[in-house]
Amino acid sequence: MKITINGGAVELPGGATVGKAVRTLTPMTSGVAVAVNGEVVSRSAWESTRLSESDLVEVLTAVQGG
Amino acid sequence: MDGVEVEAGMDDVLTLGGEKFTSRLIMGTGGAPSLDVLEEALEESGTEITTVAMRRLDPAARGSVLDVLRRKGIKVLPNTAGCFTAGEAVLTARLAREALETNWVKLEVIADERTLLPDPIETFDAAERLVADGFVVLPYIGDDPALARRLEQAGCAAVMPLGAPIGSGLGIRNPHNIELIVESAGVPVILDAGIGTASDAALAMELGCDAVLLASAVTRAQRPGLMAAAMRHAVTAGRAARIAGRIPMRRYAEASSPSRTA
Repeated sequence: MKITINGGAVELPGGATVGKAVRTLTPMTSGVAVAVNGEVVSRSAWESTRLSESDLVEVLTAVQGG
Repeated sequence: MDGVEVEAGMDDVLTLGGEKFTSRLIMGTGGAPSLDVLEEALEESGTEITTVAMRRLDPAARGSVLDVLRRKGIKVLPNTAGCFTAGEAVLTARLAREALETNWVKLEVIADERTLLPDPIETFDAAERLVADGFVVLPYIGDDPALARRLEQAGCAAVMPLGAPIGSGLGIRNPHNIELIVESAGVPVILDAGIGTASDAALAMELGCDAVLLASAVTRAQRPGLMAAAMRHAVTAGRAARIAGRIPMRRYAEASSPSRTA
């Protein structure tokens, strides 16, 4: 299935979890937060939340600012 | 500890969001040329609270501002910089809470890219939603006493009026409005944005602000570490002057020496 992670198209096996999507970018689990289709998915739910075709995944972290 | 801090009183602590702080200088991290320069500036500033922004994770990025803050034992204050609507700001705050394990947020909803002035309608909407969701909300606003009062009534933990537009270094353009906000506020007032140099930070404290938040004035200075130290002294001096109570201004001279020699 094709999903979008941080604006880029990514091909993942059908039913892949949020955790798997995050690991395409980083092995980090702390200091990172995920939203799927505009809703926050808490870290404790990363491995139990399955993605669907065309999902929009945003993986954010803290950077210099403000 | 500096003499002026001793004079101002050891018990002069800032209570913000139910926590106590001895430094009244809150730092931003934007604009620093490197993490090493940032670390030196944070050290020299004596800050205990520092803001970060939330952005898409860059797998190629080396080093993290979070590592620097963790090493220094500085409290992380995520902001919602870059958000134009209440909805975006609420989502960004929730992501920050998840990533950084803090329910504090500097709420920043801007109206346009050219001025970066805060949008009062979207800011108020987001503040209400975030307070209801259990956040400690510190909203960045214009120097508007009426909006400051409304945000306090909505449950915000502080109000953060600007001195001048972000990064402008224009100082405090309307000291009278800042004084009006301070007069009626029951929550801390943090002067945020517009500080250009040390005297601006001192003025903010003399006007009665509880703290100052600045970034560019330090991170974009020719010598960030030295400017950070200057800001630390300015905030301390301004606070002491406020507590000490300045003399009234007079139109004519008042002799400071006795009028006769005999």
